[in-house]
Amino acid sequence: MSPEEELQSNGSVASSTRNIVGVLKEHNYLGLSDCSSVGSSNLSGLADDDKATISLKATELTLGLPGSQSPARDTELNLLGPAKLDEKPFFPLLPSKDEMCSSSSHKNIASGNKRGFSDTMDKVPLYTEKNWMFPEAVVATQSVIKKEVAQNLPKGKLSTTNNSSSPPAAKAQIVGWPPVRSYRKNTLATTCKNSDEVDGKPGSGPLFVKVSMDGAPYLRKVDLRSYTNYGELSAALEKMFTTFTLGQCGTSGATGKDVRNETKLKDLLNGKDYVLTYEDKDGDWMLVGDFSWEIFIGVCKKLKIMKGCDAIGLGMFCFLLVMPLKSLV
Amino acid sequence: MNYFPDEVIEHVFDFVTSHKDRNSISLVCKSWFKIERYSRQNVFIGNCYAINPERLLRRFPCFKSLTLKGKPHFADFNLVPHGWGGFVQPWIEALARSRVGLEELRLKRMVVTDESLELLSRSFVNFKSLVLVSCEGFSTDGLASIASNCRHLQDLDLQENEIDDHRGQWLSCFPETYTSLVTLNFACLEGETNLVALERLVARSPNLRSLKLNRAVPLDALARLMACAPQIVDLGVGSYEDEQDSESCLKLQAAIRKCTSLRSLSGFLEAAPHCLSAFHPVCHNLTSLNLSYAAEIHGSHLIKLIEHCKKLQRLWILDSIGDKGLEVVASTCKELQELRVFPTDLQGGGNTAVTEDGLVAISAGCPKLHSILYFCQQMTNAALITVAKNCPNFIRFRLCILEPHKPDHVTSQPLDEGFGAIVQACKNLKRLSVSGLLTDQVFLYIGMYATELEMLSIAFAGDTDKGMLYVLNGCKKMRKLEIRDSPFGDAALLADVNKYETMRSLWMSSCEVTLGGCKRLARKAPWLNVEIINENDNNRMEENGYEGRQKVDKLYLYRTVVGTRVDAPPFVWIH
Repeated sequence: MSPEEELQSNGSVASSTRNIVGVLKEHNYLGLSDCSSVGSSNLSGLADDDKATISLKATELTLGLPGSQSPARDTELNLLGPAKLDEKPFFPLLPSKDEMCSSSSHKNIASGNKRGFSDTMDKVPLYTEKNWMFPEAVVATQSVIKKEVAQNLPKGKLSTTNNSSSPPAAKAQIVGWPPVRSYRKNTLATTCKNSDEVDGKPGSGPLFVKVSMDGAPYLRKVDLRSYTNYGELSAALEKMFTTFTLGQCGTSGATGKDVRNETKLKDLLNGKDYVLTYEDKDGDWMLVGDFSWEIFIGVCKKLKIMKGCDAIGLGMFCFLLVMPLKSLV
Repeated sequence: MNYFPDEVIEHVFDFVTSHKDRNSISLVCKSWFKIERYSRQNVFIGNCYAINPERLLRRFPCFKSLTLKGKPHFADFNLVPHGWGGFVQPWIEALARSRVGLEELRLKRMVVTDESLELLSRSFVNFKSLVLVSCEGFSTDGLASIASNCRHLQDLDLQENEIDDHRGQWLSCFPETYTSLVTLNFACLEGETNLVALERLVARSPNLRSLKLNRAVPLDALARLMACAPQIVDLGVGSYEDEQDSESCLKLQAAIRKCTSLRSLSGFLEAAPHCLSAFHPVCHNLTSLNLSYAAEIHGSHLIKLIEHCKKLQRLWILDSIGDKGLEVVASTCKELQELRVFPTDLQGGGNTAVTEDGLVAISAGCPKLHSILYFCQQMTNAALITVAKNCPNFIRFRLCILEPHKPDHVTSQPLDEGFGAIVQACKNLKRLSVSGLLTDQVFLYIGMYATELEMLSIAFAGDTDKGMLYVLNGCKKMRKLEIRDSPFGDAALLADVNKYETMRSLWMSSCEVTLGGCKRLARKAPWLNVEIINENDNNRMEENGYEGRQKVDKLYLYRTVVGTRVDAPPFVWIH
């Protein structure tokens, strides 16, 4: 089986990964009650770096072609090792993504590592990309292929989105189109996230979950679908909750404005042991980071930034508490 | 009629309930105007800024039921920014100060606060019915006030509102002595529900006819509730747990069998597909079925359910039913009057679940069909022409092709001819939404044939001002016109200013109208509120003098008898 095919079959990569690495449990990737963070504490004698690698990279299912990765993924690689290309694939069957980083990487993918419709077509036939998205308001790194239109394009410009609660979507979308009530969109999105992804019909529309933080006076909401990986989520959360952590930065000795916020949060996390956890469908509180991003957004109902001492109950060592979050940032 | 005493005339008027007819009656003569005034029970105000509470009370001192609509229709699609308006508080305050014995309040697209609900609950002793549709701004605390204070409440109907769920105990605020509940719809609440309080409430409500639960009510609770209320007519199921023991399922089936009055079914927000079969025994009596939120139920299960629903008159469904499913609907539901097919995949990912074939099948199989809302990926003129031939009785025809500017996918032509056939054949058409690739030609047809048309929604259509002019000149009964992303400009806007006095409102966004054009219109028509909604920080618009070229992003104009409203936020300019 070629590496590509391996990657594209749901579940088999993950289970074989776990087998090789020595984790005792064979997981049904959709059987979430088994996949608790307690499981990974069975890893012994392995370097923590590798554990993190395993928990993120090896279990990460990618449906995209090798080499088609979103930029944030590169950031992850950066933090794990000094040189970008120096990452040793712990799991030998994973193709080294760095080698495959061809020009196709600039053709960004709509969400996660799924190939956009455009990536599936090598040539540019008549209907390459259903371009009902106007290119004028392209957001993030999505490059929208302009359709050759003989008909008139409306001269009016796109109105800026007035939905201030969510960050810009990865896809350029027309505000208020299709004409479906936002109540309906939100309701369907909440329902859809539980549907079987093997069907090939993942949920669409925003997926808002509440985010709480110990000690913060109020909660926030984030749209999980507006991020494509843990790194983006982590960055967004850190921005949201900076006001609460900054107040405590003085005590942990972080310096002034030239220190990047990331470092502040990391220091804070190191000092105070905050971890990012989520509540899954069964109501259990799990550590963020065990699953691939796609699986995660399918099961996450709520997020909570917990104090490390509270998270001990999840069965992890203190050191491991901060590891996953650190490697996300 | 002049020889009859007023009481007799008033008694005759009691039989006239449609507000349009009552408006006509009041124009006959002064005497009738006066009698009608004092006897009008139900007041309908389609635009809350067209009039104010004081004038309402002066004209109709004795009404019992008030319906108010606030934001324009496109607010449903996030085109109207937060804070634009539509506040109900001044209305409730004014009514509370007066001696009106308000019994029913129906609000649509308005901003309601907890304070408003509290005031409402305390001010009207006989208050019976609260219906909120697409409203926002309140929380379950407001509902708690209603529950606590409205001793004679019969209906609490919350449809698709944005409610801040504090997970309080609002359900337990209904006093133990309270037994008059008829309608309870809290499907739009996100949070957990006090199931014990709910069950006790249902158990002591012998008149309960309509119960719509939210997502947090699980299967076993549903079974108990249905067992308490076998007289139920309208049921909204919350969710089914995925893992269900067979005992719960059996109990549910037994409870369902006893609900012989059940006519309307909705909900299934989170439903395992195999649960639907529990409802098969009652399907043959169903007249209304709303499965448009049941995203987890796949086509085949939907079809199995619908096969039993021979008396269905109203069906709201997701496009996952597919063309094949629609063919089943067409062959089974011969009584069908209204169909809505909503899209599952909102990002147009290419999953062509329903096509023009499904629409044609429905039109061929359902002779009583008069209202349709159809979201699809593709359409052809031939299909629309066939539909028009099959169903000349359409009152509402709304077609939304998900991709803007999409032509006939077979001939690559605009869809002018198809929509033209619809308006030509359907002489009673009152509401129309068009989509796909359309030129000015379609508007020529609409202006020519759609004589009864009252509401028209246009998006990404037309070539020149002529398009809009055809409509304004031709559709004599037009009341609401809403246009987005179409190349209509000042020439069309200003051609016939008096036309807008005959309409409730006009919405134009991302079109070609300029600030100068809007100002000219406002000057010519002081009885209009010309609102320019400008969220961007473009305050320089007024200063640089290039009004003639400065395009207006969103224009909303409406007739009013009370002038400029005072509650407009800074980003709304009213001329």
